[in-house]
Amino acid sequence: MEPRKDLLDIESLSSEEIEFLLKTAGPFKDLFEKSVKKVPTLRGKSVLTLFYEPSTRTRSSFEIAAKRLSADVTNFSVAASSVVKGESVLDTVDTLQAMKVDYIIVRHPASGIPNLIAKHANASVVNAGDGFHAHPTQALLDAFTLREVFPKSARKRVLIVGDILHSRVARSTSTLFRKLGVEVGVLGPGGLIPDGKPKEFKVFRSFDEAFEWKPDLIYLLRIQLERQKAQFFPSLHEYHQVYGVTNERFARVEKEGIWIMHPGPVNRGVELVDNVMRYERCLINQQVENGIATRMAVLYWLKPQTSSREAEVEV
Amino acid sequence: MTKDKELKSQVLLSERDIATKVRRLAFEILEHSGDEQLFFVGIHKRGVILAERVRDILKKEKQEIPLGTLDITLYRDDLDNLGTNPAIESSDIPFEVDGAHIVLFDDVLFTGRTIRAAIGNLIDYGRPSKIELAVLIDRGNRELPIHADYCGHEIKTTKQEYIRVRFREMDDEEGIYLLK
Repeated sequence: MEPRKDLLDIESLSSEEIEFLLKTAGPFKDLFEKSVKKVPTLRGKSVLTLFYEPSTRTRSSFEIAAKRLSADVTNFSVAASSVVKGESVLDTVDTLQAMKVDYIIVRHPASGIPNLIAKHANASVVNAGDGFHAHPTQALLDAFTLREVFPKSARKRVLIVGDILHSRVARSTSTLFRKLGVEVGVLGPGGLIPDGKPKEFKVFRSFDEAFEWKPDLIYLLRIQLERQKAQFFPSLHEYHQVYGVTNERFARVEKEGIWIMHPGPVNRGVELVDNVMRYERCLINQQVENGIATRMAVLYWLKPQTSSREAEVEV
Repeated sequence: MTKDKELKSQVLLSERDIATKVRRLAFEILEHSGDEQLFFVGIHKRGVILAERVRDILKKEKQEIPLGTLDITLYRDDLDNLGTNPAIESSDIPFEVDGAHIVLFDDVLFTGRTIRAAIGNLIDYGRPSKIELAVLIDRGNRELPIHADYCGHEIKTTKQEYIRVRFREMDDEEGIYLLK
């Protein structure tokens, strides 16, 4: 597969590239069962995580992925850095450029910042979430997890529940799922469903209506209170009653054998009740594990312009 | 593969020659190991086929030989120089590597870099008591101090030449060709 320099969104990936990444993540996952969970593939390369938004899981996942490929990882801690002192994003990139990093993993509250950095830097840029725009590695790990459960994912039905409007996860994951032939339905507070999407998604008004559609899997989005400036629903309690997996709904989920995904971290008692976490078809921990394997596949695939690329050699 | 058409190809070993060489390889391994428990590891993809053939020949002669497979792509030292990213196959070592006497299989031995990578990969699984190397063709031009313990056929080549191995299990035909 021809490498690319950056991974910025799902839309620009071809179906061959998607298949390559999903197939490559498999052998990486096998590594985790070995006593040495590490391969020397990126030895001598440096990976830098540049997070302008708080994140523990995604950042650790990238960090572990890079380390299992033997790269050196530096966390550029934004809150503690010169950003506070007023340095612009591109000035920061110039600094990183001078440090000769090979891969930059970036998360930013504003959409499009990773694209800007990618244009500016020789290093490979991976978008680890930008504003409401995209979170491509989350989508890839979700697709990989879906494929583990349903090797033939086409025509499976996935119901996405939650704050679709503010969710880059919903955007990237639903785009990728549809590219794989999955039928996507959405359910969420009226104000949080984007307009003009009925052709791409089936929009439901209630959980009951959605259950009648017979979804194979329910993807619960996290309610992101920190990213929501206006109040779109009255209270968390009410959200749980209307859009959460309550005990009553969980009984139905269990009975019909519906699988559950959630990008984490879970707000217990809001998106779902405690029992869901112990449900055997709850894929949340599997998603975490697959996140590392998928991100390893992404780092393996991308080629920064910092490395000397010679003519193709045969071995 | 497109360059095959432009190159002149010469048959080095026919299907029958290959069968003879593989059988000899198997019996050399048997002679050297006696009753000792062996573990085979084939390097993707044609090393795996070679290992399977040798194992099948030894089925009647020895206790069962567990067989693992190895994809060494992630251990290559030339990934930076490749224009494309090779697809990765699953590596599967279904036995305890610690203390095992392992015979590593590959179809062609050339610079030795693949074998170096394979040894590095195997050692990440544990500490074998011994690793031996069996190849069908040794074409010389080593860049590392590596040699084959069991070798089907030796031939002198230049670095510019290319050896093409075709096995029935994965190709439509069988034979080994020298392309100039």
